[in-house]
Amino acid sequence: MSKIEFTLARNRSGRLVCTLADGSVHANITPVRAFPLAAPNEGLALMSQDGHEIVWVDTLDELNPDQRALIDSELTGREFMPEISRLNSVSSFATPSTWSVTTNRGTTAFVLKGEEDIRRLPNNGLLIADNHGILYLIADRKALDRHSRKLLERFL
Amino acid sequence: MISASPSSILTLPDRWQTEVAAHISAGEAILASLELDLDHRLHFQQGLLLLSENRLLACEAGSQGVWKSWELRTGLRLQHHDHAGVATLELIAQEDEPVLLASWRYTLEHNVAALRLIEKFDKQVDAIATGLPPETEEFVACPTCKALLEPGQEECPICTRELHTPPSTWTLFRLWRFARPYRWQLLTGFLLTLASTGATLVPPYLTMPLMDEVLIPFQNGKPIDWPLVGMYLGGLTVAALLAWVLGWIRTYILALVSERIGRDLRTTTYDHLMGLSLEYFGGKRTGDLIARLGNETDRINVFLSLDLLNFATDVLMITMTAVILFSINPWLALVTLLPLPFIAWLIHFVREKLRTGFERIDRVWAEVTNVLADTIPGIRVVKAFAQEKREAERFREANQRNLAMNDRLNKTWSVFSPTVTLLTEIGLLVVWVFGIWQIAHNNSTVGVLTAFLAYIGRFYTRLDSMSRIVSATQRAAAATKRIFDILDHVSSVPQPVNPRPMPQVTGQISMHDVGFRYGNRSVIRNLDLDIQPGEMIGLVGHSGSGKSTLVNLICRFYDVTQGSVRIDGVDIRSIAIADYRRHIGLVLQEPFLFFGTIAENIAYGKPEATRAEIIAAARAAHAHEFILRLPQGYDSLVGERGQGLSGGERQRISIARALLINPRILILDEATSAVDTETEKEIQKALDNLVLGRTTIAIAHRLSTLRKADRLVVMDRGQIVEIGNHDDLMAREGHYYRLYQAQQRNNAEIVSEGDNE
Ligand SMILES: Nc1ncnc2c1ncn2[C@@H]1O[C@H](COP(=O)(O)OP(=O)(O)O)[C@@H](O)[C@H]1O
Ligand SMILES: [Mg+2]
Repeated sequence: MSKIEFTLARNRSGRLVCTLADGSVHANITPVRAFPLAAPNEGLALMSQDGHEIVWVDTLDELNPDQRALIDSELTGREFMPEISRLNSVSSFATPSTWSVTTNRGTTAFVLKGEEDIRRLPNNGLLIADNHGILYLIADRKALDRHSRKLLERFL
Repeated sequence: MISASPSSILTLPDRWQTEVAAHISAGEAILASLELDLDHRLHFQQGLLLLSENRLLACEAGSQGVWKSWELRTGLRLQHHDHAGVATLELIAQEDEPVLLASWRYTLEHNVAALRLIEKFDKQVDAIATGLPPETEEFVACPTCKALLEPGQEECPICTRELHTPPSTWTLFRLWRFARPYRWQLLTGFLLTLASTGATLVPPYLTMPLMDEVLIPFQNGKPIDWPLVGMYLGGLTVAALLAWVLGWIRTYILALVSERIGRDLRTTTYDHLMGLSLEYFGGKRTGDLIARLGNETDRINVFLSLDLLNFATDVLMITMTAVILFSINPWLALVTLLPLPFIAWLIHFVREKLRTGFERIDRVWAEVTNVLADTIPGIRVVKAFAQEKREAERFREANQRNLAMNDRLNKTWSVFSPTVTLLTEIGLLVVWVFGIWQIAHNNSTVGVLTAFLAYIGRFYTRLDSMSRIVSATQRAAAATKRIFDILDHVSSVPQPVNPRPMPQVTGQISMHDVGFRYGNRSVIRNLDLDIQPGEMIGLVGHSGSGKSTLVNLICRFYDVTQGSVRIDGVDIRSIAIADYRRHIGLVLQEPFLFFGTIAENIAYGKPEATRAEIIAAARAAHAHEFILRLPQGYDSLVGERGQGLSGGERQRISIARALLINPRILILDEATSAVDTETEKEIQKALDNLVLGRTTIAIAHRLSTLRKADRLVVMDRGQIVEIGNHDDLMAREGHYYRLYQAQQRNNAEIVSEGDNE
């Protein structure tokens, strides 16, 4: 799809509204990435309130700056996957265990319910789900510092 | 003074106390609070939202003490929704169109507090609108475990305890629970071990007088004192025989105990496992659970009954030997015991290395089992897509990882034993040197030295076997942890403490304001549905609209996250689970048959059923005739998971199974979707028998299947969008109409393709 086929705006209740080339207006649009982990910049859909695909975007680069800004702002408010840069401490090596971590979104602590909540991704990546279902990403566990790696090893 | 209601401000965390005090006016009572842990960019920051009687106050997360406030007035509402574990709370003013005044973000950890705040907010706004005082506090239940919370209590004490107490390194002591019933046998085993090791300590002691009083004097020209020799040799024989008999009895007793502990451990774990909710099984891999129940229980029982006792006797034995040695010759004894600290250090060192290793080996081993548990049931798919190579590769990889892990551990492990042997040799050497030196200075005798050398051999073998306890303990601790992971898991569908007896039900089901989420995915929202006794409800909607989930909630495979499901007016959470499920017959899309005969499978829910009952059920399910056509009739084996039967045949057996327990409530989840039209007609006839006079909830892919339904309930994305009979819904031209039209269009194709099995 080319750049001008739809326009985006934010309405007074803070929701995205999408107007298509044929003049149809869709309120409460949510942008959703098709491959949030494997290819975040490829494949983005604008979904209507009732869960139907309104617009498909092949790559984010194809959006014009205004659209891009709105979509980015909506995505930052929606996508939440803190990337762990360091494990500061863990309460125990047996689960459930409370991990104190530094992430790209600040430091926090979460409870890991069991080792099976750690999912392996390609290229040494890990995806860790906490007890509330929040996902934490470790992009490359080999790239962590020694201390973090040592703690992490015990759970893998 | 801070507030008129000290109890509510107390629930605030300490760090907020002073700040809050500065921002609220004297006498302003705080009704509810919500800690915010995310800012608008979703960075972890602290913030706070407070509700007082007439305003909403917020310290925005990350704003460093900037407070804002909104006066409560009619037309304001709080709206919350969540996605991927992050919730958003929005303050909206209803003008000609809704206007967003503010929004806050927090993780689901604070969801309970948020729900309370919203509830209080609504009451306050209502009170302003109506001019009446808000209604008083009702009890709030923990969203996770459903325990009633004290007013003002924000976290459920039960759930937090479950989550934040990891099994400590002392988990091994918890095994006492399993060893306790056998404590007398274990004690006997221990005493026998002690006695038999004691007996083995006698011979070296006797070599001392044999040397000094018989052999050395003989070399010096004295004749041999035969009666004395006879006495000593007799002592040696008796000691050897005694050690043999005691050792024999001991081994036998301990082997018996070991097997019994293993049995108890496995059955207890399995019992517990069966009681866990579907949610637990959803998150676990079969292979992993099999490995835990199989290998790891085995390891634990060997540890309890053998390794631990051996270790205890080793310690005693070493002490005993040390005492004997010191009593014979203190200086020589001191030299002999010199390597002991080194060995202790070595054991400690290796322990550190091995500790992590064994846990990881267990996990890797579970992975190997997982590959098997994945592919063998799915073998048809594997073969259909010609992926045998890839699966073989996956298994090879898992094996390879297991090997690599073992290799790494063995590196440490393998130096250990030889090192102990080396230390033994060095120890011997030192004793030789020191002994000879002492004999040369007439401080000792040849007999004493021989006895020492004999003891020291035994001594170090003991140390060696003691070192084995290191790995055994670590392995057992790792295994124990994984077993207790299961045993400690509290079912997310808990049994009520004081269950209501439910011998009879009419089958009236009512769902009120039901909400449900799988983990962080909200699947069902604000659902209300009342089903009358004997009514047949057809549940339709797109795939993924939450139909099966609704059924799971009615069956109480999962507990609702919000609202309640009641049967005959009783909350199903207050009925004992088994008691409740007895009233429910369930037929699923993929009927699962167990290995066994057809009769056994039909009688699964009621093992005491008579043959006549089984046949009656099979007849009603239109399964009787095809069963009779099988070579052994009702005694035919169905094969693992019923592989020996066709899909439609399996389905009819599962219908017979549901029919046999004669349930008041019948649930059919796409019971006819997987079969061809011919078979569907057969099954449909079977079902018509089945639904008579029962409350029935039928989910069907083909809308024509639901022609008998009293009411159709149309679901879309977790909500009920339409209710009515076929004609009403067609007339309304809404969701149902579209679904129906779409199917009509496809029908021609389906019919022309014939069966789709
Ligand atoms: N065990 C589960 N864990 C997480 N999500 C699930 C689980 N089971 C079902 N879902 C999701 O819940 C939604 C409703 O599923 P379901 O009730 O099975 O739909 P259907 O109406 O087809 O029976 C779907 O989006 C599905 O992906
Ligand atoms: Mg389903």
